[in-house]
Amino acid sequence: MNVSAPFSEAGTPHKKPEQALKGAISIRNVTKIYDPEGVNVMAVDNASMEIAGGEVCMIVGPSGCGKTTLLNAIAGFHSITSGEIRLDGELLCGPGKPKAKQGADRMVVFQHGALFPWKTLAENVAYGPIVQGALSKSLAMEKARHMLADAGLGDVGNKYPGEVSSGMARRAEIVRALINDPKVLLLDEPYRAMDALTKSIMHESLLETYDRTKVTIFFITHDLEEAIFLGDKVHIVTTRPCQLKKTVNVDIPRPRSYAVQSSEQFRVLMEEVNEAVHEEAIKAFEAGERELA
Amino acid sequence: MTDVAQSSSGAYALPRRRSKLEKLIQNVSFWRGVTAVIVFLCVWEVGSRMDEWLGEAWTVPFVGLIPPPTDVAVAWLEVLPKAGYWNSWYESFRRVLSGFLVAMALGIPFGLLLAVNKYFRDLFFPPFEILRPIPPLAWVPASLIFWPTNEMSIAFVTFLGAFFTIVINVLGGARSIDVRYLRAAQSMGASQWHLFSRIVLPATLPSIFTGAAVGMGITWEVVLAAEMISGGGTQGGGGLGFFIWNSYMGGSLTQIVVGMISIGIAGFLSSSAIRALGDWFMPWKRMF
Ligand SMILES: Nc1ncnc2c1ncn2[C@@H]1O[C@H](COP(=O)(O)OP(=O)(O)OP(=O)(O)O)[C@@H](O)[C@H]1O
Ligand SMILES: [Mg+2]
Repeated sequence: MNVSAPFSEAGTPHKKPEQALKGAISIRNVTKIYDPEGVNVMAVDNASMEIAGGEVCMIVGPSGCGKTTLLNAIAGFHSITSGEIRLDGELLCGPGKPKAKQGADRMVVFQHGALFPWKTLAENVAYGPIVQGALSKSLAMEKARHMLADAGLGDVGNKYPGEVSSGMARRAEIVRALINDPKVLLLDEPYRAMDALTKSIMHESLLETYDRTKVTIFFITHDLEEAIFLGDKVHIVTTRPCQLKKTVNVDIPRPRSYAVQSSEQFRVLMEEVNEAVHEEAIKAFEAGERELA
Repeated sequence: MTDVAQSSSGAYALPRRRSKLEKLIQNVSFWRGVTAVIVFLCVWEVGSRMDEWLGEAWTVPFVGLIPPPTDVAVAWLEVLPKAGYWNSWYESFRRVLSGFLVAMALGIPFGLLLAVNKYFRDLFFPPFEILRPIPPLAWVPASLIFWPTNEMSIAFVTFLGAFFTIVINVLGGARSIDVRYLRAAQSMGASQWHLFSRIVLPATLPSIFTGAAVGMGITWEVVLAAEMISGGGTQGGGGLGFFIWNSYMGGSLTQIVVGMISIGIAGFLSSSAIRALGDWFMPWKRMF
C-alpha cells in the first residue's frame, strides 16, 4: 500500500494490462470431505482449475454442489482434505498445511453481506488499513471517504449499513475489500436477491472497478447472463462432489456495455453455458430424488 | 420515516425539523396512551365509589375494596413532603443500583469469557447452569446466615438476581455472532484483541442491553421482597418495600396503593434509563 500518497487513483495503482498481473490462483486436485458426526460428505472431489492473474473467473453450478466450499478453502476459512491451492505460485494450502492463512490479499464479499452494522460505511471501509496499522485512523477515514466517493457513495459515508439500500451496502462492501489492495476478490453470489435494475447497476459498477484495478475476480453465481456478461471465463462445475465440467471462454472485448447482452455472440455463449448447466441440474435433481428415496 | 409534504409546485418540500416535545405532542400513540390511562383511572374511581353512591348492594367485587384514585392522590400529597417517603425511594434505588451495577460489572466479562474461551466455558458453565435456576428469593435464608448484616444479605441476593440473567444474555449474544463478521475482520488482519473489542463486544451490545433490562426488573422484585422480609429493623430497613409493609401493618390501604404506584414509577424510570443508555451506546439501532 502506498502510504506516502494515499489518495492517488483512489489508492489503487493503475496496472498496465500488458505486464503480468498478480493474483493467479491454481487449484490442483483439491478434495474436501466434511465429516459431521462421522457421516462423510464429499463436497469437492479432485477439482482442478487454473485462474490467470487479473482474470474474471465465474463459477456456475447446481445448488449445494460445493462452490462455497471451494471459495472458503481459498479464503482460508476452512481446511481442505487433499490437493493444493497456490496464489501466484505460493502455497496457500496443501500437503502439511491443510488450512490457508486468512489474509488481506484475498478479500471475500459474502453471500448475504457482512458490513459491520455497528460501523458507518466509511468506518467499515477504513477498518482494514486501521487494524493492519497501515494508515493512521484519520488518514484511513479520509481514504475511505475518497474511495466511497469514487464508487458513487460519497454522500452516504456517514450512514450505517442498515440505513442504506442493499445495492449501496454491497458496493460499499466491495470498496471495503478493495481498500486493502487485494490480489483476489472472492465473491459468493453477491447480487443474489437483487432486482434486475439494481443488478445491472451493480454489474456496471463492478466492471468499472475491474477495468480500473484489474484485480483477479473469483465470482460464484447462479445467474448465467451475469456469468457471461462479467466473466473472461465461465467455469461450469458438476453436481456434488464439485469438479470442473466445462470452461467457456467469453471473448467479448472490454469495456463491455449492457448492449452486448442482445448480441448474437452473447446468445450463442448463453446457449453453450445453458446446455452444460442444464445437464448438471438434471443430474443434481435425480441425485436428490435418489437420496430421498 | 417522516411524512414528506408535496408542495403545490410539485417539488417535495423537506420535512421541517421538529423538537422532541413537538414530536411527542403530535404522536398519535402518545395520546392513545394518555387516553387509556385516564379511562383506567375513571373506571377505577367509579368502580370503587359505587357502594358509596348506590349502597352496599352495589359494591363492585375487587375494585370496590380498593380506595379510589382521588383518595390515593390525597394520601400521596400527604406523604410527598415527608422525608421518610423520599428516604424510602432513596434506599430502594440505592440497593437496586448497587446490586445491578455489580452484577453488570461482573456479569458482562464473565459472560464474554464463557463465550470466547472454551476452557473457561467447560469449567464454569456447568456449575453456573446448576445455580442459575434457583430463584433469587430461595437464596435469602442462606445468605442471611452467610452474611453478617441484613443489608449485605439484601445486596447479595439482589446481585444474584441480575447476575444470572445478564450472564446468560451476554453469553447467548456473543455465541450467536454471525461468523461472517469474524471472518471478514480476520481477513482484514484484525488481531485477537481487535476481534474481541471491535467485533465481539459491539455485536453483543444488543444482548447486553436486553439482559440489563430484564435484570433491572428482577433486581426491583428482589429488593422489594427483601425489604418486606427484613421487616425494617434497625438493620436493612427502609425502602419502598418496607413502606408498603409498614402501611399494611398500620392498616392504611391508601398508603399501600401509594407505595405500589411509587414502585411502578420507579421501575418505569429505571427501564427508561436503560433504554436511553442503549440508544446512546448503539447509534446504529437508533434509526427506526
Ligand atoms: N460445515 C459443513 N459441514 C458439513 N457439510 C457441509 C458443510 N458446509 C457445506 N456442507 C455440505 O457440502 C455441500 C456443498 O456445500 P456448499 O455450501 O459449498 O455448496 P454451494 O455450491 O455453495 O451451494 P449454493 O449454490 O446453494 O450456495 C452441501 O451438500 C452442504 O450440505
Ligand atoms: Mg454457496
